[in-house]
Amino acid sequence: MHWTTCDRPGHSLCVALLTRARPTPAQNARAKGPSTVGQKVVMAATGILLVLFLVAHMLGNLKVFAGASAFGEYAQWLRRLGDPVLPQTAYLWIQRVVLLLAVGGHIWAATALTLRARRARPVRYAHRRPVRGSYAARTMRWGGVIIVLFVIYHILDLTTGHLNPVADPANPYATVVADFAPGRWYVTLFYGLAVVAIGFHLRHGVYSALRTLGQQTSRGERRARAFALALSVLLCGGYLAVPFAVLTGVVR
Amino acid sequence: MNLTLRVWRQAGPETRGRMVTYRVEEVSPEMSFLELLDVLNERLTLAGEEPVAFDHDCREGICGMCGIVINGVPHGPQPATTACQLHMRHFSDGDTIDVEPWRARAFPVVKDLVVDRGAFDRIIRAGGYISAPTGSAPDAHATPVPKPDADAAFEAAACIGCGACVAACPNGSGMLFTAAKITHLGLLPQGQPERSERVRGMIEAHDAAGFGGCTNTGECAIACPKGIPLTTIGRLNADYLAAVRGRQQ
Ligand code: HEM
Ligand code: FES
Repeated sequence: MHWTTCDRPGHSLCVALLTRARPTPAQNARAKGPSTVGQKVVMAATGILLVLFLVAHMLGNLKVFAGASAFGEYAQWLRRLGDPVLPQTAYLWIQRVVLLLAVGGHIWAATALTLRARRARPVRYAHRRPVRGSYAARTMRWGGVIIVLFVIYHILDLTTGHLNPVADPANPYATVVADFAPGRWYVTLFYGLAVVAIGFHLRHGVYSALRTLGQQTSRGERRARAFALALSVLLCGGYLAVPFAVLTGVVR
Repeated sequence: MNLTLRVWRQAGPETRGRMVTYRVEEVSPEMSFLELLDVLNERLTLAGEEPVAFDHDCREGICGMCGIVINGVPHGPQPATTACQLHMRHFSDGDTIDVEPWRARAFPVVKDLVVDRGAFDRIIRAGGYISAPTGSAPDAHATPVPKPDADAAFEAAACIGCGACVAACPNGSGMLFTAAKITHLGLLPQGQPERSERVRGMIEAHDAAGFGGCTNTGECAIACPKGIPLTTIGRLNADYLAAVRGRQQ
C-alpha cells in the first residue's frame, strides 16, 4: 500500500483512503442473480405498478354510481383507448401484458425470498414468541396467495364471464349488478374478504416498498406508515363501495 | 426463588441437540441471567455432568459475546438489555424458562448455547472498515461533521454485533447488523471513498453466508439490545441502489 492525499477541500482526513490493500471478496466472485436487496427492489417496483393499476381500476369501478350508460361508455372507452393509432382493445392488451409481467416479477421475488428465509433457519425455536410486528407484515405471504386466487376468480367472473350469471359484454353494468345480487351474497362476501386482504397487504407493502427504495428518516417512516394506511383504507373503501351498493340496492 | 430451566444441549456441531430440564433452587433476584447459568454449571460440575457451554465476556453489555434466546426472545424479556445485564428479579418464583441458542443457518451451533458468528466477520471483511490506517484519533474539529450525522453515525456504531437481530428475524436475515455498519461508516467523511464498494461487498457477503432477505418486518429493531433503528436498513437500500446504478453507467 502507498500513501496518497485526497485534495478535495475539507478532506484532510482522506489521507491514503484512495488506495486498497487487497480486493474485497465482492471483487473476486460475483453471485449469480440479483441480491436479496435486488429481489426486494423488484418486489417494490412491480408492487407500485400494481398499486397504480388498483387506483385506476377503483376510479373506473366507481363510475357504476353514474348509471348504466356512463359505466357502459367507460367500458367502451377502455376498448377504444389509443384509437386511431392502435387497433381496438390494443390498450387493454398492453395493460394485461404489463400487469402479468408485474405480477410474475412480484411473485418470483416473493417466492425467492420465502424459500431463502426457510433455508436460513433450518432448526426452529422450541419456544417462539409470536412475531410482534404488525398483523399486516405477518400475513404478507398467505395474503398474497389469497389475492392471486381472488384475481383468477375475478377475471373468470367479470372479464371472461365464465362465472357470471349475465356476462353480457355489451352491458357491463348489468353484469356487475347481477354479480352482487342479494341472492349471491357469498360472492359479495368473497369480494369483501379479498379486498380487505388487499388492504392488509398494501398496508405493509406500501410502507415496505418505500423503505426498500431508500426511505431512511424516522419522520419519513411515520409518513410512509401513515400514507400506506391511508391508501389502504381508501382503496378498501372504494372497492367495497360497488359490491355493497349493489347488495343493498343502492345500485340496481 | 426456585426455577425450572429447559436448556438446549448439543454436544457438538454434528450431533443432534435437545431441550434438557434442570431445577435450579435458591436463585437470588440480584443474579444476572449468566450468573444463573454459572450456578447451574457449578452444580452440574459437582454432580460430574458436562456444564452448559455459553458465550460471554464483558458481562456489562458492551462486548456482544453473550447471546441466548430466553423464552423465545433474544436476550430475554427486558428491552434494550443484553442477557448478561438481565437480572433474575424480572422472573418469578416457580417460572419455567426456555433457553436456546440463536437459530440461523449462518450461525451454526458449536456446542449447547454457543454459535459460530463468523458470518458477521465475513460481512465486515467484505467492506465494513476503512481500508487505510488513519493514525490516532484526530482532533475533534479537524474534519467538521454535521451534528445530526455524527449522532446518527454514533447511534449505528453502538451495534455490538451480538446477532440478536438475526435470531429475532422471521427470515433469519442479518440486514440490521449490515445496515448498522453501512450507516455508521457511510455518514462519516472517512467512509465516503469506499461507500459504494462497501455496500455491494457487504450485501454479497451477507447473502453468501446464508442469511435470509429482509422484508421490513422490524422484529430485529425490537430485539436489538442497543436500539439500532430500522431506518438504517433504508439507508443501506439507498446506498445499494446508488452503487448498482453507478456501476451500470
Ligand atoms: C370489488 C370490487 C371490484 C369490482 C366491482 C371489479 C370489477 C371489474 C370489472 C367489471 C372488470 C372488467 C373490466 C372490463 O373488462 O371492462 C374488472 C377487471 C379486472 N379487475 Fe376488477 N373489480 C373489483 C376489484 C378488483 C381488485 C381488488 C383487483 C386486484 C387485486 C382487481 C383486478 C382486476 C383485473 C386485473 C382486471 C383486468 C382483467 C383484464 O385484463 O381484463 N379487481 N374488474
Ligand atoms: S457478555 Fe459482553 S455483552 Fe453480554
